[in-house]
Amino acid sequence: MLDINDLTCGYESGFAIRGINLRVEDGEIVGVIGPNGSGKTTLLRAVTRALKPSAGTILLEGENLRRMNAMDVARRIAVVSQSAEYGLMTVEEFVLLGRTPYYGRLRFLETRRDLEKAREAMELTDALKLKDHLMSRISGGERQLALIARALAQEPKLLLLDEPTTYLDITHQVGILDLIRRLNKNFGLTVVMVLHDLNLAGEYCHRLALFDQGKVRKFGAPEEVLDYRLIEEVYKTVVVVEKNPISRKPYVLAISEAAREFSGKTAK
Amino acid sequence: MKNKRTHWMAAILILAGLLALAAVVSLCFGSAGMAPSKLFQALLSGENTVEHTILWDVRLPRILLAIAVGGALSVAGVILQGMFRNPLVEPYTMGISGGAALGVCLAILLGLGKRFGGWPLPACGAIGAAATISAVYFLSTERGGLNIRNLLLIGIMISFICSSLITLIMAVSKVEDLHGIIFWAMGSLEQSNPLLVKIALIVSVLALFVSYFFCPELNALALGEEEALHLGISVENAKRMLFLLASIMTGLSVSVSGIIGFVGLVVPHFIRLFLGWDHRILMPASWLCGGLFLVFCDTLGRTIISPTELPVGVVTGLLGGIIFVYVLCRPERKRRCSI
Repeated sequence: MLDINDLTCGYESGFAIRGINLRVEDGEIVGVIGPNGSGKTTLLRAVTRALKPSAGTILLEGENLRRMNAMDVARRIAVVSQSAEYGLMTVEEFVLLGRTPYYGRLRFLETRRDLEKAREAMELTDALKLKDHLMSRISGGERQLALIARALAQEPKLLLLDEPTTYLDITHQVGILDLIRRLNKNFGLTVVMVLHDLNLAGEYCHRLALFDQGKVRKFGAPEEVLDYRLIEEVYKTVVVVEKNPISRKPYVLAISEAAREFSGKTAK
Repeated sequence: MKNKRTHWMAAILILAGLLALAAVVSLCFGSAGMAPSKLFQALLSGENTVEHTILWDVRLPRILLAIAVGGALSVAGVILQGMFRNPLVEPYTMGISGGAALGVCLAILLGLGKRFGGWPLPACGAIGAAATISAVYFLSTERGGLNIRNLLLIGIMISFICSSLITLIMAVSKVEDLHGIIFWAMGSLEQSNPLLVKIALIVSVLALFVSYFFCPELNALALGEEEALHLGISVENAKRMLFLLASIMTGLSVSVSGIIGFVGLVVPHFIRLFLGWDHRILMPASWLCGGLFLVFCDTLGRTIISPTELPVGVVTGLLGGIIFVYVLCRPERKRRCSI
């Protein structure tokens, strides 16, 4: 689905990612993890063409992304980011904007298919009950559902999510990621998501890419990537990695300074 | 969705009806009043009658110019507010009016109007507007893209530079030239050249038509530039085209009618309050409402202290400001949505 070869790109202040190589297969969920400033979001911005690479290529289904038409890219890749402004639009109006890549120069109004696709997307994400609410007046969790519904209205093959669980409580975090897993399982949607929570990343992703200072430090199954030595080295934090007793997936526990002091005292 | 389309269609028909009504009322009122019952008779009467001359040579061109300028300024306001996602941006914020005003002031100072007739003033206004647009555009271009924040700040700064230069010109002008400059700066729809009126109307309608093709771009830009990119919009191309269209409409308006403030700011807001944010309705409704508003203000300016005429810019400022504050201060539940 997505082939990233020797990708280097960044901002005026310098390169944020250097020589990245990643291959995302059809129908898998890939989690991008790493400390703040390690280049995770930069990678997503390069894939969405918001940043121009200074070297390397990104291939989408074998085609060079930079040579593709913007509308064609938007029909295949949808993005759920935290940067959207909502103005005065209702949830339904917001979701319908997901049909923009299907508008022609001479088509100004939504067709029946556009309306059906938007409704389907709202049903799948359980956002239909919110359709007449203003985007600015709904909760963070509900807004996240609307963002995913808009992305689904684009009928994408690849869904990119930038920190989809940030600012959400645990119920909404699990709810959003369960929804993404269902979409992946039932519709074969390929997903690449940037996550800060290593435990959620380990639980929901088929493979993880661990970023460190603009490079991919390790790319593989959660059990391989969430190794305590690697995590301690990259995050510079003492951690304990255990197995979730139910899912058998790895989970990471950061050890605080207080816990270390307590542990030292009890040892004495 | 069917409801939305019906709602939009009804709004357009109501606004078009109100505009036609305002035009008829405006034809009847003036220093020489005319009963509505005699209007059609006067319109169709022979060319030698006084009524025919007043209607065809004075009032009708004025009404058409008001519709063209009001519509163009409102659509330019819709485009710029949508592009900048800033409700306080209006066509004159971009420095275009400053450039046009400077061009006209220079033409008056050099006595071009007296020497060559009615053409040099609007021509110099258009040249001034074009020079400002080019300067703002090139100074705001950064790494091949148009930097929206710089565009706004450079526009405001160029506006200040132009107004300082205008003050300088006024300080060194003769008394009779000074009167011309001041009257022009306050805005007037009195245009003696019928060809200019026709050009203004055609350009205004064409610009609305072309701008309408960019409604999907403006709707997507409402989410932010990066989000619009995610929806398949070629953001840089869209920004360039929209800036060009807004500039042409503003430059045209300032060149033919001077500085008529507030229309480009108030009308889009007013329409947004009742019909929502969607540019597919906002744009044509604002064009109609802008024309309606300016026809109404001009009629008021011509008649309120007749035979003395109030500059239309003064009326738009006073009336627009009061209506806007009143609508904003109404309880939120009575509005379609809040700003």
